[in-house]
Amino acid sequence: MELNTVKRTLEAALLAAQEPLTLNQMKTMFDMELSNEVLRKLLDELREEAAERPIELLQLASGWRYRTRPEFASYLVRLNPEKPAKYSRSVLETLAIIAYRQPVTRGDIEDIRGVAVNAQVIRMLEERGWVDTVGHRDTPGRPALLATTKQFLDDLGLRSLSELPSLQEISHNLELDHVTT
Amino acid sequence: MSETEQLELDMPSHVARIYGEPMAQLPLDLYIPPEALEIMLDAFEGPLDLLLYMIRKADINILDIPMAPLTAQYLVYIEAMRAHNLELAADYLVMAALLIEIKSRMLLPRHKSVEEEGAEDPRAELVRRLMEYEQMKLAGQRLNEVGQAGREFFWVETLLEKTATRALPEVCPEDLAAAWQVILRQARLKSAHKIRREELSVREHMGIIMRHLQNIGGFIRFEDLFDPTTGVPAVVVHFLALLELAREKLIEVSQAEAFAPVYIRSAILELEEDGTEHG
Repeated sequence: MELNTVKRTLEAALLAAQEPLTLNQMKTMFDMELSNEVLRKLLDELREEAAERPIELLQLASGWRYRTRPEFASYLVRLNPEKPAKYSRSVLETLAIIAYRQPVTRGDIEDIRGVAVNAQVIRMLEERGWVDTVGHRDTPGRPALLATTKQFLDDLGLRSLSELPSLQEISHNLELDHVTT
Repeated sequence: MSETEQLELDMPSHVARIYGEPMAQLPLDLYIPPEALEIMLDAFEGPLDLLLYMIRKADINILDIPMAPLTAQYLVYIEAMRAHNLELAADYLVMAALLIEIKSRMLLPRHKSVEEEGAEDPRAELVRRLMEYEQMKLAGQRLNEVGQAGREFFWVETLLEKTATRALPEVCPEDLAAAWQVILRQARLKSAHKIRREELSVREHMGIIMRHLQNIGGFIRFEDLFDPTTGVPAVVVHFLALLELAREKLIEVSQAEAFAPVYIRSAILELEEDGTEHG
């Protein structure tokens, strides 16, 4: 099989996939042995080829996937009359604390926010598949330790937590804001 | 938060610098008109959020919070909340107690020896909490700005796989033929087969043949012995009868050469002829 055919096959598979595809999944499609390096090179080529198209190939936490470019979102959403849910500040703050301070207990979240955690907020994040319990802290009551999931990263188009907006940058902006005002 | 943002815009932007510039009076911006307060209180995520708002609005250096005016104003808000019959979360009261405690500790004279050792500012813990909360609050806003699947972008999903997973099984003509034969076989197995008594007797046909040969009185072509109009069973039984007669040596079957016509005649006739010749 020619490498170009392999590349086109990869493209077809990625276009058809309903979940991010891992390199291992891609390898199972071919009889020939393909190294990770070769696959990455082909995927990079596909990514470059998509440069002029309205879609882009992303490497996410759980694999590779095509998505539409963000600049088309404002048009595409009009096709779907159902508006995506807008999260309240308490949901966003809770999510931020879990994302940046994970693994955390509800107590940790309450300490930082200064208010009781609404159980519904956690449940909402769990139902979205963004947050789950990864263990229990060895303290009285054995509170659940919460962390973000791969799906959270996938849904935000990120490969790892290190790609989240950096806290240092946020703090830096904070100080700048107050210096300049 | 749109309400509070709106409020900030509506209010006169009072620049009260505590550090760097002489401050004529206590920061007036700590004051929020009661009618605005009512709308705002709902928008706060808790006492830390309220305090942060007060501090940021008055442009106070968070690292050097003037505890007395801040505490006083905070208590005014708490009172306002009660006056408006808002259900006051316990967290707000706990914070009020904490502010008062810090304020009073700041009033106490500190021992010089302790001061030299770098005694912690009573406000330090509060400041740490405020800053951490503010960081997380902004982090939440930043997270919200990150593109989300289904909101800022959509996953590409062509129908390829959907049709592939629901692929209809392939059908070739051979499969159809095989299926049809199975149906036929089953139909045959299920078909009622009525067994009737044998109506045709080999013995009876043996008699018919013998009589036929007798009437002719000589050779008859094999083919002429059979009458196709009687049907297959009759022809078969007729043939069986012929074989039976041959076996019993009652007839003589002869053929001049391969593929030549087969002739049959009664053996008894032959015997009689022989007898007459010899006799």
